[in-house]
Amino acid sequence: MIDLLYGIPVIGLVFQFVGYVIDVMPIIAPTIIGAATPIALGAMCGFMNERSGVVNIGIEGMMLTAAFVAWWTASLTAQLIPEGPAGPLGISTPLLIGLVAAIGAAMLVSLVHAWLSITVRADQIISGTIINIFAVGITGYLNLLVSRSAPPSAGQFSRWEPPGEVTELPFIGWLFDAFLAQGPIGLGLLVAVIVMQILLFRSRWGLRTRAVGEHPEAAETVGIDVIGLRYRNVILGGVFAGLAGAYLTIEFGNSFQGEMTNGRGFIALAALIFGRWTPLGAFGAAILFTASEGIQRAVRFGPPEGTLGEFLAAVPSQFYSAVPYLITIIILAGVVGRSLAPAAIGRPFSREKRERRIQPSDSASEAGR
Amino acid sequence: MNDGPITSQGLRDEHPPQASTPRGPTRGSLARRVLRTALLPAAAIVLALVVGAVIMIASSPLVGGSIDLALPLTAYGALLSGSLGSFNAIVSTLVQATPLILAGLAVGIGFKAGLFNIGAQGQFLVGALSAAAAGVASADLPPIVAIALAVAAGMAAGTAYGFIPGFLKAYTGAHEVVTTIMLNYVAIQIVAYVVSGPLRGENVSFARTETITNAALPVLVGRDGHIGILFAALAVPIIAWLLFRSTLGFEIRTVGANPDAARYAGMHPRRLIILTMALGGLLAGLAGATEILGQTGHMPAAYATSVGFDAIAVALLGRAHPVGILFAGLLFGAMRAGAGLMQIQAGIPVQMINVLQAVILFFLAADLIVRALIRTRTDDGGVAEMQTITRSYGEQTAN
Repeated sequence: MIDLLYGIPVIGLVFQFVGYVIDVMPIIAPTIIGAATPIALGAMCGFMNERSGVVNIGIEGMMLTAAFVAWWTASLTAQLIPEGPAGPLGISTPLLIGLVAAIGAAMLVSLVHAWLSITVRADQIISGTIINIFAVGITGYLNLLVSRSAPPSAGQFSRWEPPGEVTELPFIGWLFDAFLAQGPIGLGLLVAVIVMQILLFRSRWGLRTRAVGEHPEAAETVGIDVIGLRYRNVILGGVFAGLAGAYLTIEFGNSFQGEMTNGRGFIALAALIFGRWTPLGAFGAAILFTASEGIQRAVRFGPPEGTLGEFLAAVPSQFYSAVPYLITIIILAGVVGRSLAPAAIGRPFSREKRERRIQPSDSASEAGR
Repeated sequence: MNDGPITSQGLRDEHPPQASTPRGPTRGSLARRVLRTALLPAAAIVLALVVGAVIMIASSPLVGGSIDLALPLTAYGALLSGSLGSFNAIVSTLVQATPLILAGLAVGIGFKAGLFNIGAQGQFLVGALSAAAAGVASADLPPIVAIALAVAAGMAAGTAYGFIPGFLKAYTGAHEVVTTIMLNYVAIQIVAYVVSGPLRGENVSFARTETITNAALPVLVGRDGHIGILFAALAVPIIAWLLFRSTLGFEIRTVGANPDAARYAGMHPRRLIILTMALGGLLAGLAGATEILGQTGHMPAAYATSVGFDAIAVALLGRAHPVGILFAGLLFGAMRAGAGLMQIQAGIPVQMINVLQAVILFFLAADLIVRALIRTRTDDGGVAEMQTITRSYGEQTAN
């Protein structure tokens, strides 16, 4: 039956490809999930911002800052306190302090973003740009200074080992292995995605957030504190960016390099758009995006046989890396299913229902506020 | 009542287009206007230097082992002498400023049309790649022809790469900020593929193209002052003329100020959006071409550059005005030129430059801090482009 499908000219190749992906998926799935975790966490940060009507292209910078802070604080703590036994999942005091510090740092950066976007009503893209430039500068600057003394690494969180009864289940066991054999941050993401998805569509907070993101004027009329909610959501979004950064330096790896986020913050933005601004969608999109690179690696190490193998080997590896970005452009252009942003996104809210600078005397009162 | 998002278009242009009335400012009022326009950016720069100094002092134990209050003076002194201290230093500043000015104009012209071109980085990269490809291919041609071909190739590639987000914005409503961010990363992959594949030079230790010979830009002054400097010097008045003295520029600024009014007046916002993005791509592509043909001499597969992102800072600091961009580009060029000496003499890593740039932008965006500090009413609305660009992020309909 399957051979019959594979035999069809051209379309047969598609079936062969699907068959190949199904074959290799159990092997490459853990890598894919591991690579998707920081992207999904970054997308969760973007989700908290954009659902409440604030654009955030500074996810990259927030992640980078958090990555550095996590690594540096953990390393400093490890030098100060005597080494204690690591708990389950490799949890130790330095790593925990590093994690908390990373979250705090990302929340602080988010506070700056919130202040610029909500109170100052500066352009939100520019606010994000400032964060990105600053993060590259300050982490690169400090990293160079700090690494002169070659500080020791504080190690990293270790993976949870799911019980064998689950991972050895036929057909779907590998899924549990891929999703559950992760460190605390990776496991935390799974919980966060589900909880946030439910909260967004089933809670008072979710309803209010969506209202503020779609039509802040209407939300205000029914008594929602638009500015307060936006502040809270943007700053809480920083928690996810902090986790994303910490994941890179104290869970996935155990060291920091300059500009190590390497565009993950922007792929996170793409995942958010592709996932239609929902947590579950963004998580799925992040997995889909990293699967592209995972398949590329699989093709390099164990290409399928026959024409499909020759065809896949001929596709440049860079193409697989570009796929997430290309898909996002196509989706945005509405060629295949349009993705709609929250309606009020990027528009600063002003209680007086008028934008700044319409009247020349406005900025004086602004400064005095 | 203007209370809706549609009516409050914001003031993207400092001086809204006036059909044909000559501005005719007297000498005195012109000087005052320049002063008023430059006061806010100047204050932002000074404040950023203060913040930079605080960061240096706070981190001085990591630099020298103890708190060193004089460290900022040493660092800024080295920065100054590395950028302006000698003839070669000044030439180096000009060389560093060249791509920043060109790419800054690319971003700035977008601002005038109400577009946020974050894609200068990608346009710069494909321009550089294309110029390198043409430069390698035309190795046997006479230098003048080879240079013309390579520069034209860079501009053409940049134009095409700017056209894409412009077209998508005009006809599908896909916001240019997101599409250009994505295209920046696609450009990185294109460069990596082409340079490590078809264009890879023989006998090179890492993936890069052959060295460019006949298409290399000749050196005019000093050690490395190539003629690309002239391209930037010429681009400023040309773009200024285009924006403020030509019909096209008038239409671009009108679309930026109010697309509805522009359409009502019989202009074609869609065509103008595409044109502006393509023009930005041309300038950024030219910037890439001058860097490759004048500076590096070849295209590496992993070309580490941040020109396209720094260009955003340049355009904002220059308040999207060609002359402002010229000065902002020179300032950032000077910082880049002097950063090496700062690292050697003061032990301050070059990344301090990024910190300073970000802080300058911060004070420009949070101009109310600056206004409160210098207690003055500077030219109002000058940084209006910093407030209204994202307005259309969620709008999915074309103009």
